[in-house]
Amino acid sequence: MSEQYKDRDPNSGHPDGEHHIVGPLTYLTIFGCLLVGTALTIGASYLELGPWNPVLAILIAVIKATLVVLFFMHIKYSSKLMKLTVGAGVFTFLILVGMSLSDYISRAWGQW
Amino acid sequence: MSDSHAIATAEAGHDHGEHPAYLRHHFVSLEQQQETASFGMWLFLLTEIMFFGGLFTAYLIYRNWYYPAFVAASHTLNIFEGSLNTLILITSSFTMAMGVWCAETKRRQGLIISLILTLILGLGFLGVKADEYHEKYVKHHIPGHTFSPQGFIHPDQEALKGGEKPLAPDMAAKTEVYFSLYFAMTGMHAVHMIIGIALLCGMLWKATRGAYMDGNIAYVENFGLYWHFVDIVWIFLFPLLYLISRHQ
Repeated sequence: MSEQYKDRDPNSGHPDGEHHIVGPLTYLTIFGCLLVGTALTIGASYLELGPWNPVLAILIAVIKATLVVLFFMHIKYSSKLMKLTVGAGVFTFLILVGMSLSDYISRAWGQW
Repeated sequence: MSDSHAIATAEAGHDHGEHPAYLRHHFVSLEQQQETASFGMWLFLLTEIMFFGGLFTAYLIYRNWYYPAFVAASHTLNIFEGSLNTLILITSSFTMAMGVWCAETKRRQGLIISLILTLILGLGFLGVKADEYHEKYVKHHIPGHTFSPQGFIHPDQEALKGGEKPLAPDMAAKTEVYFSLYFAMTGMHAVHMIIGIALLCGMLWKATRGAYMDGNIAYVENFGLYWHFVDIVWIFLFPLLYLISRHQ
């Protein structure tokens, strides 16, 4: 029976069954992107964009965080179980923030 | 039933030369063991997301309530030191990722150098943070009995020239809420950094004694996940605390 599991191990990380190694070139590229993202977010904070300042700052932060999760934390090369786990974390976090802020979001509903 | 029986019989005639000593017997394969370890680590990180998520939610709600106080208080943060710390932390994430690669490809020197660089950068981050905390102390911006909102009611000439508007005393008092959240969020982040640095020291000590070169690198990988998570928290803290009210 254990032999049968070995053939199609549902929990094996990489589809090939081999541990995927992310190389220095990928890490360097992502490192560069994160530096560019940091420069952009600092630069954008000096622009006068009204309500779009926080939106832009959070958007850049989300992109940076996604790059870290996908490449530094290897999620891009991980199994569906791991991708689902990360997705569940993000989803639950959005419920926490969204439900808590729903009062403030809806308070001026229809008065724009 | 038949499954457990089959595994038990397989185990009886089991030769330990067939697999690495660190493969636990209750796992089918090395991949499954590694997957289980990082799955467990990710579950821990989910609880961390919710933990910091609560702080972020509190910050968003209070910023909504006491908006002028939050804008004025965030203007007193040192944007240069905040940016420097972002740079330091992103670089340390990169060196840690390289450390994981070195462990995966069995490069002992590379692993040790990566861990040392990560350690130095982590300590550098805390050093800059300590300097920022000291500035708060000098300006009476630490919540508690030494806190003073006077600088927000009567901004000095330099601040007025920079476009700073005086706040009414009741709103100025709410800057203490901003600084409470500032210290709670950056403080909890710093605690995570200190824990990370302690773990890093232990890992470095083991690496210099030849550990992690036999493919048993779950500890290095999971520490990497933790370190990158702490980096992600800062990626959000930096714009929310330092940047989004800059222009106003």
